[in-house]
Amino acid sequence: MSESIGNEMYTLRINGQDRPVKDAWVGESLLYVLRERLELPGAKGACEQGECGSCTVLMDGDAVCSCLVMAATAIGADIVTVEGLIEKDPSMATTADVIASQITDVQQAFITEGGVQCGFCTPGLIVAVHHLLDKNSDPTELDVKESISGNICRCTGYGRIFAAVEAVVQVRKASR
Amino acid sequence: MSTVKQDTRLRDILGTSALRPDGVAKVMGSFSFSSDMWAENMLWGATLRSPHPYARIISIDTTAALLISGVSAVITAQDVPGKATYGLISADQPVFASEFVRYMGEPVAAVAADHPETCRRALAAIIVNYEVLTPVVDPELAMLATTEQIHPDGNLIRHQRIICGDPHISGNITVEGNYTIGMQDQAFLGLEAAMAFPDSGGNGVELHIATQWLHEDRGQIAACLKLPEDNVRLVLGGVGGAFGAREDISLQVHCCLLALRTGRPIKMQYSREESFFGHVHRHPAKIWMKHHATKEGKIVKVESRMVFDGGAYTSTSPAVLINGITHTQGPYQCDNAVVDGYAVRTNNPPCGAMRGFGVVQACFAHESQMDKLAQACGLSPVDVRLINAMHTGDKLITGQVMESVAPVERCIRETDAIPMPETLAPNANVLEFPGGSGRTADRHNIVRGIGWGVSMKNLMYSEGFDDYATARCTLSNGIASLKFATSEVGQGFVTLAPQIARSVLGVDDVVLETSDTQIGSAGSTSASRQTWMSGGAVDGACRLVRERLFEHVGKLHNIDPIRLMIEHTDVIDTIGTFRISVAEATQGITLSETFEHHHRKTEDLDANGQGNCHVAFAFVAHRAVVDVDVELGLVKVVQIATAQDVGRVLNPLSAIGQIEGGIAQGLGLAVMEEIIMDNGRVKNPSFTDYLLPTALDAPHVVAIMIEEAEPQAPLGAKGIGEPPCISVTPAIIAAIRAATGKALSRVPVRPQDICL
Repeated sequence: MSESIGNEMYTLRINGQDRPVKDAWVGESLLYVLRERLELPGAKGACEQGECGSCTVLMDGDAVCSCLVMAATAIGADIVTVEGLIEKDPSMATTADVIASQITDVQQAFITEGGVQCGFCTPGLIVAVHHLLDKNSDPTELDVKESISGNICRCTGYGRIFAAVEAVVQVRKASR
Repeated sequence: MSTVKQDTRLRDILGTSALRPDGVAKVMGSFSFSSDMWAENMLWGATLRSPHPYARIISIDTTAALLISGVSAVITAQDVPGKATYGLISADQPVFASEFVRYMGEPVAAVAADHPETCRRALAAIIVNYEVLTPVVDPELAMLATTEQIHPDGNLIRHQRIICGDPHISGNITVEGNYTIGMQDQAFLGLEAAMAFPDSGGNGVELHIATQWLHEDRGQIAACLKLPEDNVRLVLGGVGGAFGAREDISLQVHCCLLALRTGRPIKMQYSREESFFGHVHRHPAKIWMKHHATKEGKIVKVESRMVFDGGAYTSTSPAVLINGITHTQGPYQCDNAVVDGYAVRTNNPPCGAMRGFGVVQACFAHESQMDKLAQACGLSPVDVRLINAMHTGDKLITGQVMESVAPVERCIRETDAIPMPETLAPNANVLEFPGGSGRTADRHNIVRGIGWGVSMKNLMYSEGFDDYATARCTLSNGIASLKFATSEVGQGFVTLAPQIARSVLGVDDVVLETSDTQIGSAGSTSASRQTWMSGGAVDGACRLVRERLFEHVGKLHNIDPIRLMIEHTDVIDTIGTFRISVAEATQGITLSETFEHHHRKTEDLDANGQGNCHVAFAFVAHRAVVDVDVELGLVKVVQIATAQDVGRVLNPLSAIGQIEGGIAQGLGLAVMEEIIMDNGRVKNPSFTDYLLPTALDAPHVVAIMIEEAEPQAPLGAKGIGEPPCISVTPAIIAAIRAATGKALSRVPVRPQDICL
């Protein structure tokens, strides 16, 4: 880092852990800091304008576009990224099967219902769908469409993504 | 007992909805896209681009940029050691502009620095002195000999005629129209990104890159770097969608040059704005078309003139043009034709490959014409298409005989049989209205319309090009390993390839090796070709290994190999007295074979556009139901019904994903997607201003896959990627015409086209 850029130091609370951020330029977005400084590349950058939702993370329970949040303003917030959605003990994750068994119902449904193609929009959508279902356990089709209309997918045409959300809702309903 | 269990066990073979092997990583966010790469000691690269569509470069001063702390290199055209230009068909595009910039956003210089922000400051510090020139932006003017030629190769990229049958014949009924197709962007989500690692000593480079065709990239890069191809190794970085936009070189050469110059790993990634300037787009086109028909509605002759705006450099314009003109007739019988096609150079952004590749433009015209013909003859849109439907064995306007399975009639009839959606309920939620979450529509102004589109699309490359694919299969200890350079861009070849191996070899465990240039070419992931071509290569390699396995087992157990076959996961003999599991039969041995799949030869078109130029074809029908707010000019696509000729379904889940995804892109072109140009300037290079279909725009898709195995195809399956996005666009426009009574001769349809 060149001198002219600056060298901020602060701490962010991410996925339940305090993560120090060193030598950062104060202009860096939360998305940049997650991806380039904290080894959390799950959130993706695709528009830098909050239009595509690929960078969606949870901030104090709200779904936000991390490309629009300056990292230094997120101090004190409880941030959850797609990596933090996994119910896991990292030390247990030694084989692919174990990892697969630790993915969430939403993540599993995206795979089994064909909601993933290139996968670039997927992490943002996974976070957005978790956020939706946390707030509304029985969404209508229109609720689903509106709540993920800020997440652009260029591959699937959304049909299999709707199917994935529907599958999760049905399974959760049946297990209540 | 164990045999019964094996018989009923669900195996992920061909025909099943096997799941993506990269699915877990993708949903967890751990899949490595090319933009996710990071390396010790790496630098960031960035590109300086022309702010002008056409200008002469007087001088470039990089002194101030080099003085900025953290900047390691600034390079321009004079730092390109090899060939100064590249290109897929004609190497006419400079690595960096030196004398002239010919489109807005053309690369002029590149920098390497320690932080993206340092890069941005360095780019701002490069002083380029331009003499701004008047851009040539109208292709009709550009192609005139009297107009300034903006490139040493001239402004006319290609002209091709088709003259078929009796050019002077006429019919009782004629219908004609002028049609305009706007410039669409592929808008993949995963922006251009790459990481280049220089070899120590600087005599080679390894580039991890999101691309559609590793080997083609390597050839072009090596020439520019002046390095032997063996010293340029390409590895496929995770690809976030492609749709044609990754066929051409973008940042590849720049990234490698910076790595070789600095001796450090270079990471480059475009922003969305830069991406709009960094890759080619779908050609805007103007098409005049005239149909002559009998009074019963049977097509007698088609005439057309097509002008494709290729932008500043050639890219794939010559091939796009040929696809356009050779699909003038659409999926209909036609004995006589006169077609003139022009691909023209202008100071607009370079245009090239996008899903549908020239056929999208032709289809919008011929399907608009079919509806005019129906009206002129008093026929329904369905009947006029059935009367003219093409069949296997028909002669095309190029003289080529349709050898592919051609279930055009079935596509139309089965689409027609799909139930219509419910009418818009009186108490429907406003989100279901045109305008969606804008919540602007008035229930009373909403009118419903229905429209049709049917299309034909060629598969694989054309005009004599041998776009072969290579694959290697290695079988050992019951595990098959597959190696190929095929680009997985999201379409699901990584799902299909193991399905093939399981089906052929009776294994369950299949390992995919890294896709890179350490094996022969796979050709491009484009032209709906990888299932056919790389699928054929994987199938061929697995079959060769299976022969070797049978020889090995036959020798050990004294059985003629010709009597051996695979049943589920066992090798058995044909009379059922011998059985050994593939896992056991391959313990301690390694069988490995490589196979190249070539499609049948094609040929160039002659001066009259005659020749067997295409390999094969696929067909599809679309019926669109739309609701239109006629006051505000807003459209909601309610339902798309479709029946698609797929040959054979190899993975139903992947197939429906291709169909629904393609339909969404065709919907985008119909009602919202357009790069807006103003005298050579792109006005909307962002996702705020370039609109893409969202979840609320997605129609209800009802799809039927018509399975009539294609005898030419190695697996019986046709490519399915492109057809869904082609005729859905004219179907939607026809539905809007039906709702509004407007002529609507351009796509995308804008609100003002409907309500003013």
